[in-house]
Amino acid sequence: MGARGELPPWVDVALIPALNLVLALLATSVVFLFIGENPLSALGIMLDGALGSPRGMSFMFYYATNFIFTGLCVAVAFHAGLFNIGGEGQAYFAGLGAAMVGLGLDFLPWPLLIPLSILAAALFGAAWGFVPGYLQAKRGSHIVITTIMFNFIATSLMAYLINYWFRPVGKMAVESRAIGSFDLANGDLTGAYIPSFFEIFLGAFGIRISSSPLNLTVLLAFAAAWAIWYFLWRTKIGYEIRATGLNADAAVYAGIKPDRIIMIAMAVSGGLAGLVAVNEILGTQHRLLLEYVQGAGFVGIAVALMGRNHPAGIVLAALLFGLLYQGGTSLSLAKSHINRDMVVVIQGLIILFMGALEQAFRPWLAAYFFKAEE
Amino acid sequence: MQTPPAIELIGIDKRFGAVHANKDVNLSVAQGSIHGIIGENGAGKSTLMSILFGFYAADKGEIRVKGEPVRIKSSTDAIGLGIGMVHQHFMLVEPFTVLENVILGAEGSAMIGPALSKARSELTRLAHDYELDVDPDAVVGELPVGLQQRVEILKALFKGADILILDEPTGVLTPDEADHLFRILGQLRDEGKTVILITHKLREIMAITDRVTVMRRGEVVANYETKKTSVEELAEAMVGRRVLLRVDKGPSRPGEMVLDVRDVSWRDRKGVLRVDSVSLQVRKGEIVGIAGVSGNGQSELLDLIAGITTPSAGEIVFENSVYGPDCTPRVLRGEGLAHVPEDRQHRGLITAFDASESAILGWHWSEALGESFHLDREKVINRCKEEMEEFDVRPPDPLLKSAKFSGGNQQKLIIAREIKSNPDLLIVGQPTRGVDIGAIEFIHRRIIALRDAGKAILLVSVELDEIRSLSDRIIVMFAGKVMGERPGDADERDIGLLMAGVTKEAA
Amino acid sequence: MLEILFSPETISSTVRMAVPLIFACLAGLWSERSGIVDIGLEGKMLAAAFASAAAAAYFGNAWIALIVAIAVSVSFSLVHGYAAINQRGNQVVSGVAINMLAAGLAVVLGNEWFREGGRTPQIPPEAQFAVFNLPFMSSLTGIPVVGPYLNVISGHSILVYLAFIFVALSAWALAKTRFGLRLRAVGENPHAVDTAGISVARLRYQAVIIAGILCGLAGTYLAVALQGSFVRDMSAGRGFMALAALIFANWRAWPSMWACLLFGYLQAVGLRMQGVKIADFEVPVQFINMLPYVMTVVLLAGFIGKSIPPRASGIPYSKDR
Repeated sequence: MGARGELPPWVDVALIPALNLVLALLATSVVFLFIGENPLSALGIMLDGALGSPRGMSFMFYYATNFIFTGLCVAVAFHAGLFNIGGEGQAYFAGLGAAMVGLGLDFLPWPLLIPLSILAAALFGAAWGFVPGYLQAKRGSHIVITTIMFNFIATSLMAYLINYWFRPVGKMAVESRAIGSFDLANGDLTGAYIPSFFEIFLGAFGIRISSSPLNLTVLLAFAAAWAIWYFLWRTKIGYEIRATGLNADAAVYAGIKPDRIIMIAMAVSGGLAGLVAVNEILGTQHRLLLEYVQGAGFVGIAVALMGRNHPAGIVLAALLFGLLYQGGTSLSLAKSHINRDMVVVIQGLIILFMGALEQAFRPWLAAYFFKAEE
Repeated sequence: MQTPPAIELIGIDKRFGAVHANKDVNLSVAQGSIHGIIGENGAGKSTLMSILFGFYAADKGEIRVKGEPVRIKSSTDAIGLGIGMVHQHFMLVEPFTVLENVILGAEGSAMIGPALSKARSELTRLAHDYELDVDPDAVVGELPVGLQQRVEILKALFKGADILILDEPTGVLTPDEADHLFRILGQLRDEGKTVILITHKLREIMAITDRVTVMRRGEVVANYETKKTSVEELAEAMVGRRVLLRVDKGPSRPGEMVLDVRDVSWRDRKGVLRVDSVSLQVRKGEIVGIAGVSGNGQSELLDLIAGITTPSAGEIVFENSVYGPDCTPRVLRGEGLAHVPEDRQHRGLITAFDASESAILGWHWSEALGESFHLDREKVINRCKEEMEEFDVRPPDPLLKSAKFSGGNQQKLIIAREIKSNPDLLIVGQPTRGVDIGAIEFIHRRIIALRDAGKAILLVSVELDEIRSLSDRIIVMFAGKVMGERPGDADERDIGLLMAGVTKEAA
Repeated sequence: MLEILFSPETISSTVRMAVPLIFACLAGLWSERSGIVDIGLEGKMLAAAFASAAAAAYFGNAWIALIVAIAVSVSFSLVHGYAAINQRGNQVVSGVAINMLAAGLAVVLGNEWFREGGRTPQIPPEAQFAVFNLPFMSSLTGIPVVGPYLNVISGHSILVYLAFIFVALSAWALAKTRFGLRLRAVGENPHAVDTAGISVARLRYQAVIIAGILCGLAGTYLAVALQGSFVRDMSAGRGFMALAALIFANWRAWPSMWACLLFGYLQAVGLRMQGVKIADFEVPVQFINMLPYVMTVVLLAGFIGKSIPPRASGIPYSKDR
């Protein structure tokens, strides 16, 4: 059968993913046709909505910020041979840390408070990832099931905490009081408030740019992508993580302890998901509220699959998904019969074709290449 | 009219990619006999039987069952022809009862009730006829391996097999259990059934078979009537007369003791004793070779010395300190132990890593590769370059994926990594398995150079020639035990007998 | 407090809450006992809920709605089967994809067809399942204390009774039939099944199809019988709760029913406790809601008892070891 035969690297790295993506887009087109829409014109509207204006682009980058974090979250776990589908819950639980520090220590000056709040978000996310990692390593609980359960536990726990701890007395909306503030008139910043670019330009320089929730966290996202690349490929722990994920037997031979690696990887993974809370709670909503993650954790799976679990690929895939989200919004505004959930459909198709069916073309390509060789 | 042979294989040929697993194999098994097929691991025995049982399709050749040419495309076909197989790894559903396992695939009707009661009475009969008693309601996973194997035999008999293939059936059995199995096989033959026994153990062939076929490197090399052959003759046919690789080697000058293994035993997860009270010493400036047919505890012993597993009993002393509970491979490497693992593809390197990354596996914590947590890519690549140059690894490209190198070059990469760590003790398993001649010579020379530099080397190999040409002392293992020690220039036959578990006293 | 915990209304609501869980849990049972991990229960249930609601609104017939729902759910199953069996793809990834695809498609198509933002029109009473009153029940309800509780088992939609029948049927089929025996075997050791001359792929396809049918029933019950329409994300994690129940039940049919009833009871109590105050203390229902998941995590970690999945589940089968 030649299943063990090696294909040229460019086929694995570029051609197969490209073919899978094409297949996913073809399936998307079928859905568009089914609802009576020309796929090409829909694509045009989406591209224009995301790339056609500074506002669209800044929304795209805002969405991509979350997706970079969750994509990295899935990728780090994946490099250790783990499937973390708990990014959603880890990101949600991280909001607790961000809000606790942001609200509880609000007497601190912002240059101190903001890094502390970010750290708290990362630590809480890391904790929510570490526990399933610990249960997998030490108790043999399957990480997939445990992380699913932890998503739901986070949902209930956060609903309780926001409702009973954070909601100011007498307020109807289930959310905390405001975290920090920013004075648009003079650019004064107080508390754990990460200002948006719109606010910075207007408040500090008096320049009005198009308004969007895109905030400084996007820089943290790019920094995180670089840091994870460095961590995985330029540190000894990263080396151990990759070795364990690729070949646990060889790792044991090399004196690496897989248990320890699983826990470290899950904590790092959860911490990355936790940074979504920085973008959403500290940078956009400026209060702790219900269900703010809105599926970004699951988008991370698609982003990581598409980005081949490499930070550079993840940044690109996250931008593509940012485009998709912003474009989807434009599409639903332009065409009243198309729902924004079209984006979720495309996401599902990408995961299906680039993930579960990723080997579909392989035997076919292998046959072609080996025939060409003979 | 003469009864046709139960099985005839004519010109069977099978390739897996580059591996020629079976080369034009001819085999004839008489009805009502026990026929042994013997050969070393990788000689093609299992592939041949898998073809007979419909698991693989042969590329070429013909199969005849009781004189009739047949096509066996699946195990269903094989079962239909009355062929039953007891696989080396049991094909049992562990949470099922014995009865459920026995009827699987032979239920007869949509409901399993009738099949269960039929199997129950059949099992009682078989238990009576052939000492095959097992509690039909026992859960298979809870049975000892010996009984699990009996269930496998019962499965085949329940499905009406009159030709029974057993693949390495005694590998998991105690000697008592093995004797019991042989009694059962003898009774089956006396009832007119045909038994094919695949094994690499000479003792079994001599004890039970009527005829024996020897396979080596995918080919049938000899056919004997068991009564008219001997262990020596079989051993020679099995191992073959290979071109003896001459290695220039001066006399050894053993120094102080580096490794002292004292009465070490180890049981696997199923509780089987794999290493049985082994004691051995290795001194500076000598190569100690462990000879033995594979699967006799050598691999397990290497893992114990490397700190990957922990002894169930006994102690290991390296450089005057006893292995403690926190003695990990990483700690041991720090103290000067290097380890070339037996299985280079699955352990020695990570095929998806590039060569430079594989070339630091196990040594990645070295400060020379970057301070504390940092891993300096440039240093990693430079080290790999140096090693590639010195050990003539081709192509000398540190960025090429490890999987892309030939077996010999992969092995050189691993040997380079371990030797360049400047160890006090090198433990090395199968240093030249699947390696081309040129690389073999090179690797052998490097190992001897290491010895001459005053280092201690423990070598495990299933290639007797390799053991004999490299070792200063030879220790022979059989069934987890040390059978004896011989000087490096000991007679090949003498060692071969020890490898077969025959001691001088018994022979 | 006590009257909420033990009232006939709570018990009756428990049954209604448990039914979709039971169907989905049995779906998971069939799939996973054959060795195919199915975290796409949620998506299949949601797709079926939408399909049944849309079909009921269009055709005005509950049974047609059920058939359509089953067809849709089974087609998702087949996608999962193809990915898991033929392509040997990652079963978890495939499940995640199916969940997303179902959630997205339901809303997109619902919006396209009904223009109500993804929900479907209210299903008219004549297109709902008839309520099934057990005979002679009415005469028993007069009995004091016990009477109202007896009533709990009567007056439900026919699907409710079907759910319990399917529990018995699944338990029986798995234990007593050739198909059940082979299916259990393939989830534990597909090599044993293959060497016995039985097709692994065929068995696993049969299992995923059964899972599809059962998810179809679960979704139909949710939309047509329980809610009377489809709303976005109406499965609300029930597919995952069913998965939790399956783990709790150690992958067996009768215990699955009890686990689903337990989780259904917690859901019912959670719903009825909403906003209830005892003295001045508001009962935090969130803790009741998270209980099934917490219990599953604790169980999986082996702190109480041990839950062992079928050995081969999630591992793609190939002949070579």
